[in-house]
Amino acid sequence: MKRLLFILPVALFAAVIGAFMLGLRHDPSHITSVLIDKPLPAFALPAVRNNQGLASADFKGEPMLLNVFASWCVACREEHQMLLQLKQQGVVIQGLDWKDDAADGARYLVENGDPYIKAGNDVSGRTGIDLGVAGVPETFVVDGRGRVRYKFIGPIDADDWENTLKPLLQRLRSET
Amino acid sequence: MRARLLLAFLLAATPAFAVLPSEQLADPKLEARARAISQELRCVVCQNQTIDDSDAELAHDLRVLLRQRLKAGDTDQQAIAFLANRYGDYVLLKPPFEAETLLLWLGPLLVLVAGGIGVALYLGRRRAAAAPAFTADEQARLDRLLKEDAA
Repeated sequence: MKRLLFILPVALFAAVIGAFMLGLRHDPSHITSVLIDKPLPAFALPAVRNNQGLASADFKGEPMLLNVFASWCVACREEHQMLLQLKQQGVVIQGLDWKDDAADGARYLVENGDPYIKAGNDVSGRTGIDLGVAGVPETFVVDGRGRVRYKFIGPIDADDWENTLKPLLQRLRSET
Repeated sequence: MRARLLLAFLLAATPAFAVLPSEQLADPKLEARARAISQELRCVVCQNQTIDDSDAELAHDLRVLLRQRLKAGDTDQQAIAFLANRYGDYVLLKPPFEAETLLLWLGPLLVLVAGGIGVALYLGRRRAAAAPAFTADEQARLDRLLKEDAA
């Protein structure tokens, strides 16, 4: 009994430390999206470049990525090569240019290459807010019926693509 | 001299306000409601600040949006729900009481009860140890005395 009384606080302390250490691995900027399994909120945005803009109605038929980017975003540049590679592999990526002047967004795409089928300009940031965007880059995986299935926060690297996004897109493709 | 200088600097310093004059509503009642609501909402960029405190650009956008909603006639609940529907319950600094947050709300009570039980056990044992049992002689005498009393 005496020994138990000694062990109990130590065990409790160890449990609390354990919980804190788990907490360290948890990235607080990764907020779960409330849009998961829900349709994209309706939007229709003007074009970043001279061709057409982007609307929520464009997300149908096959699974797509909706990549939120901005010309002022440094991490987006880091991700950009990856997106260009994915485009070459035939992945459908739509772009949302968040809180950015269309002219700056267009220049960014001319200078760095354009991985998007369509890119919409959200200069006020309202569409981003409707999507629950907290920062750039963020990438939504939207299924063939226009429902959000996953939200990826931060720049996509090769590992993220191979281990997370590619298998998910394959699964969604077999659904439709 | 140095102390006086320090005091002068301290008096000259004013708290920094994130809410810009240009954001504020003309109607003081509405503005007061907006301030109260935005003090209950977490900024998703600087997560330990409210959107009322935060200088993040997104916090500014959300403050403006919140004021637009109030101006359009939203109740406080509707305006809060508008943002919670987009960014999730995570932005509510006072999380709702539901199955997922049960431990969060009841955790302190749980700890209090567990501690209370511990203290009760400890005190009970100490009292038991402090009062040693009667010997057979003492018990017999006590019984006799009690009986006399009852008679």
